Amino acid sequence: MTDAPPGIAALRARTDASLKETARTWLDKAAAEAAAADGGKQQTHTTWELRFAEAGRRCGAEHADSARIVLLHAARADTATLTRLYEQGAAAERRAVLAALPHLVAGPEALPLVEDALRTNDTRLVAAAVGPYAAEHLTAHHWRHAVLKCLFTGVPVSAVAELAERARGDAELARMLGDYANERTAAGRPVPDDLHRVLALTTPPPHKAEES
Amino acid sequence: MRIFDPHIHMTSRTTDDYEAMYAAGVRAIVEPSFWLGQPRTSPASFFDYFDALLGWEPFRAAQYGIAHHCTLALNPKEANDPRCAPVLDALPRYLVKDNVVAVGEIGYDSMTPAEDTALAAQLQLAADHELPALVHTPHRDKLAGLRRTLDVVRESALPLDRVLIDHLNETTVKEAKDAGCWLGFSVYPDTKMDEERMVAILTEYGPEQVLVNSAADWGKSDPLKTRKVADAMLKAGFTEDDVDRVLWRNPVAFYGLSGRLALDVAGTDATHEGNSILRGGA
Repeated sequence: MTDAPPGIAALRARTDASLKETARTWLDKAAAEAAAADGGKQQTHTTWELRFAEAGRRCGAEHADSARIVLLHAARADTATLTRLYEQGAAAERRAVLAALPHLVAGPEALPLVEDALRTNDTRLVAAAVGPYAAEHLTAHHWRHAVLKCLFTGVPVSAVAELAERARGDAELARMLGDYANERTAAGRPVPDDLHRVLALTTPPPHKAEES
Repeated sequence: MRIFDPHIHMTSRTTDDYEAMYAAGVRAIVEPSFWLGQPRTSPASFFDYFDALLGWEPFRAAQYGIAHHCTLALNPKEANDPRCAPVLDALPRYLVKDNVVAVGEIGYDSMTPAEDTALAAQLQLAADHELPALVHTPHRDKLAGLRRTLDVVRESALPLDRVLIDHLNETTVKEAKDAGCWLGFSVYPDTKMDEERMVAILTEYGPEQVLVNSAADWGKSDPLKTRKVADAMLKAGFTEDDVDRVLWRNPVAFYGLSGRLALDVAGTDATHEGNSILRGGA
């Protein structure tokens, strides 16, 4: 763990501090098993992958994401392993894989997992899919649809990483938001507050003097 | 009144059912994997189904304030199709999932050698994974099926007090109770048990280790049968504590044997805005 990037080290410290003694001991042991595995490249189910599956009941639901990310990092899980764990995972495991992507995958090769999660209607997965990895790698078309999906499914846009940076000057996103607002209004339905928030971000900020 | 339906196939039900169940007091359910009406022809079809029981269905239930767990297994009917038998080999990777609270439903359909093999193998899987087992009794030749089931359980590594024998009725309850199993009763509109007969059995045998379920599925069934049994119990003079025992504490105790039951969704009053659904997700 000496080569852990700052994000993972901080996550591990936070997790350790909030876990009960038995859960912390369990996570220490599981992380050691993961670290001893063969670069996470096995095709069969190893002990640490079983630990990954059971992390929720060992550490508590509120710490499950963090514990699973710690295990994925300790195992140096590559895209093939992450893909297998995602495909074979329950919803909570899939969410943890998505959250681990920015820590473990440098390039866009894990995008199919993000796109899969964005095709679901499960808000836990949609929210996890629009994190920093999506912000860095998702194509403009998919990213705009991801933002719209959040508005449709009620995922707060605060979940969208680097929303302001990616939305700034995006005229196509502005058009899509405007059309969606028109559709809601025509149906006599309220326009989500988040839509106005994102729409405001699509134009470069005016001079301070003109701000209202 | 809080209700735990320990056997209901929500995959086959609508969102209206979830709303009506919540209004009736249902706060927790267990969905056993079972036969879908249309036979499956490959293990992959099972895996998508298992994934739905671990993914989409708990999400759907949480939207209506209901905690959803599942039991997974190769059901006895499809255990007879050699194309589906490889499901047994894949079960270990599913049985470690947090939301799996038992192996089930297993048992007999036609009492064939293939069903013998699947039942014995899955009782062993339950023991290996420290899970209890949900074992149904067959619709045809039920008493003989129960006796053969109990024999197989006695020969297995799983103790009888970690087994819930389901679809019991007047002719099978005594032997299942004497064996020391948990006792499951499915209350249906026309077949299986009805409310009045259920009350009569509770009066004769007591509420200990008794679980009542709707077993609602794609057939003629009623997801509110648990509530109707509760009302019939009260009308017959059972106390509210008796009702709570049968319709909440007993199923919590049985599936709690897994160590994996998490009922907090029911306590958070989940809303359509999904605060509880999103907890820890962003």
